Amino acid sequence: MSTAPPDADELERRVGEFLAAHDPSATEPLEFLRARFDAGLAWVHYPEGLGGLGAPRALQPAVDRRFAKAGAPGNHPERNGIGLGMAAPTILAFGTEEQKRRFLRPLWTGEELWCQLFSEPGAGSDLAALATRAVRDGDAWTVNGQKVWTSMAHEARWAILVTRTDPDVPKHRGMTYFVCDMTAPGVEVRPLRQITGEAEFNEVFLTDVRIPDEHRLGEVGQGWRVSTTTLMNERVAIGGAAAPRESGMIGVVAALWRDRPELRTPGLHDSVLRAWVQTEAARLTGERLRQQLTAGQPGPEGSGAKLAFAELNQRVSGLELELLGEEGLRYDDWTMRRPTEVDFTRRSPGYRYLRAKGNSIEGGTSEILRNIIAERVLGLPGEIRVDKDVAWKDLPK
Amino acid sequence: MSDLLYSEIENDLRASVREVLDDKAPWTSVLAGTEKDEPYDAALWQAVAAQLGCAGLPVPEDLGGAGATWRETAVVMEELGRYAAPVPFLSASVIATAALMAAGERDLLAGLASGERIAVLAVPFSTAPGDAVAAARVEDGAVTGVVTSVADGMAADVFLVPAGDGLYAVDAAGVRRTAVTSLDMTRRLADVAFSGAPARRVGEGDGAVRAALLTGAAMLASEQLGLAERCLDDTVAYVKTRYQFGRPVGSYQGLKHRLADLWTSITQARAVARHAASRVAAGDAGDAGDAGTAIAVAVAQAHCSAVALKAAEECVQMHGGIGFTWEHPAHLYLKRAKADSLALGTPGHHRAALAALVDLPPA
Repeated sequence: MSTAPPDADELERRVGEFLAAHDPSATEPLEFLRARFDAGLAWVHYPEGLGGLGAPRALQPAVDRRFAKAGAPGNHPERNGIGLGMAAPTILAFGTEEQKRRFLRPLWTGEELWCQLFSEPGAGSDLAALATRAVRDGDAWTVNGQKVWTSMAHEARWAILVTRTDPDVPKHRGMTYFVCDMTAPGVEVRPLRQITGEAEFNEVFLTDVRIPDEHRLGEVGQGWRVSTTTLMNERVAIGGAAAPRESGMIGVVAALWRDRPELRTPGLHDSVLRAWVQTEAARLTGERLRQQLTAGQPGPEGSGAKLAFAELNQRVSGLELELLGEEGLRYDDWTMRRPTEVDFTRRSPGYRYLRAKGNSIEGGTSEILRNIIAERVLGLPGEIRVDKDVAWKDLPK
Repeated sequence: MSDLLYSEIENDLRASVREVLDDKAPWTSVLAGTEKDEPYDAALWQAVAAQLGCAGLPVPEDLGGAGATWRETAVVMEELGRYAAPVPFLSASVIATAALMAAGERDLLAGLASGERIAVLAVPFSTAPGDAVAAARVEDGAVTGVVTSVADGMAADVFLVPAGDGLYAVDAAGVRRTAVTSLDMTRRLADVAFSGAPARRVGEGDGAVRAALLTGAAMLASEQLGLAERCLDDTVAYVKTRYQFGRPVGSYQGLKHRLADLWTSITQARAVARHAASRVAAGDAGDAGDAGTAIAVAVAQAHCSAVALKAAEECVQMHGGIGFTWEHPAHLYLKRAKADSLALGTPGHHRAALAALVDLPPA
């Protein structure tokens, strides 16, 4: 079939037809989600047969809104950010037909959650320095190494994994990318406790883990290129509604300021107002970015948004403690817990302050983001790379 | 939510304005102009206001304007800011025009829209929207009083004077004005004395003045955006070519990271300036009741003032020795940026205004 991709009206019609055939209140949620995937209404920009219809990506928000309005079950994207945001686009770009058919449907429906085995104790910002080894053994690979900062590893069924397959060539060239079965023998997940006291992340030890060659994504030695696709898709936000004013951390502080006049001082007043202005500026910037993407004019502005968000979250959560004074000296609970969702504004002021410290480290440190903006947006000279033409095995470690 | 992007028409308009400015307002000319007695660049004004028709952009066609909106005007402001162009566009084509539109005046407005006349609101340039003004009194159809630090006061041929409860038009020929040595020599101030100057009442005063200053503050944010972009562009270009210790200085993270931060702030300035322009363009500036517009303008001013100033300060610093000299344009941008941050309300003033608007009362 090679008809033109559906436009907004056609999608509207198809959603209506689908909802008529699958009453959200009378259909079992998983069955509903599977059927929605099979109808091509999961992610409309994906190809037919893989949950989409080859429609423009900008048409997705309207489809989502229509389903939400009809009370359709959701696929819990908050639990499967790695799967939906990173694994799926990578599988789509580099997977074999068989891989796409095997993985994408249960990924989208949320039946199978995903995690990301990228960072290592010795490879954080410099991901390409990673040391987890994969050695070919017939039609499978044997993997040994340690991964870290892995959220959801304890619940994930699958992982996207980057490994070193050739230590004798410079680091970017000797990497290979796999899908790793998290239930395979030799995969050990240990909670990694953070400064908040809880264990949102994990470290993952891989000991003689066997991965069949059919779970390799991309060619042998092409791992860096595949990883780049994954990282480029990290939190590409499109569509959705504009965030309302005073959402997020500033809302907490503004409410505190209004409710507790006894905490107010002139100095803190100006701090609160400055934070309010900066939050509103960041919100409008996000809205402008959303409009750019919807209009099909993506700009580089997104790379600044995460940088600004991290700085703002840290400043505002710190301000909350300062406002509270004596109460700011208290903490709610240091018990090691295993949270299942990430929400920076939950729990308590002390928790919010400490959790925000991760914002400038996770998903690319602020320093690396500044390098990226300086080099890729402003065109400034790159960092001096002393490791460029050196075999990975000869790099100082 | 307002449209925060630029339309095709706006992009075309920007290209036309930039072409004229590239030709008539290179920084060498702007710098040379600061040493001359002429209070503004008349040839440039003629080209932008009259020939390109920018002066009457927001004025309805039946009143002699182009029938566009303050959004398009904001794009012109961005470009004028980018060149620190010495023309009375903000004073006449924005503030005075907005005052006359709010007051419902027609005759003078047509002259302003065509660029033939330059009217200026007689208030100190530091006056914020909502500030009490009226330093003059009106008696028997004549105005008396002194107003200091009026932007483009020497360029004006008509003053719009808030006096008593009204707004009055006073011909500049009948007033005594003194040129002020101004921090920003690309937008000069004058002290203006009215002593029994014959005046024509053009409308009610308070509402018109508030609308004029609110519109002015919104448009100023776009000027600050353009100025900040210019400072960033010039600085990035310079640090790529300036070598020290055998490397371009732009390869050092000490500079790269600050420039990345500046770029990020400018993307935010663009969003807030567009938002403020859209709100004002939607016609809400005249109504004191519309808090959304007042909030948008206060946010834009509090943010863009700081960003433009930071950009200009970084421009001077990252140019090193040459950036501190008179022969380099960085000081033009610094002086414009600092003056702009004091104009139409300081960032602190706009934050204080926000406190009332969004219910974050002082201690």
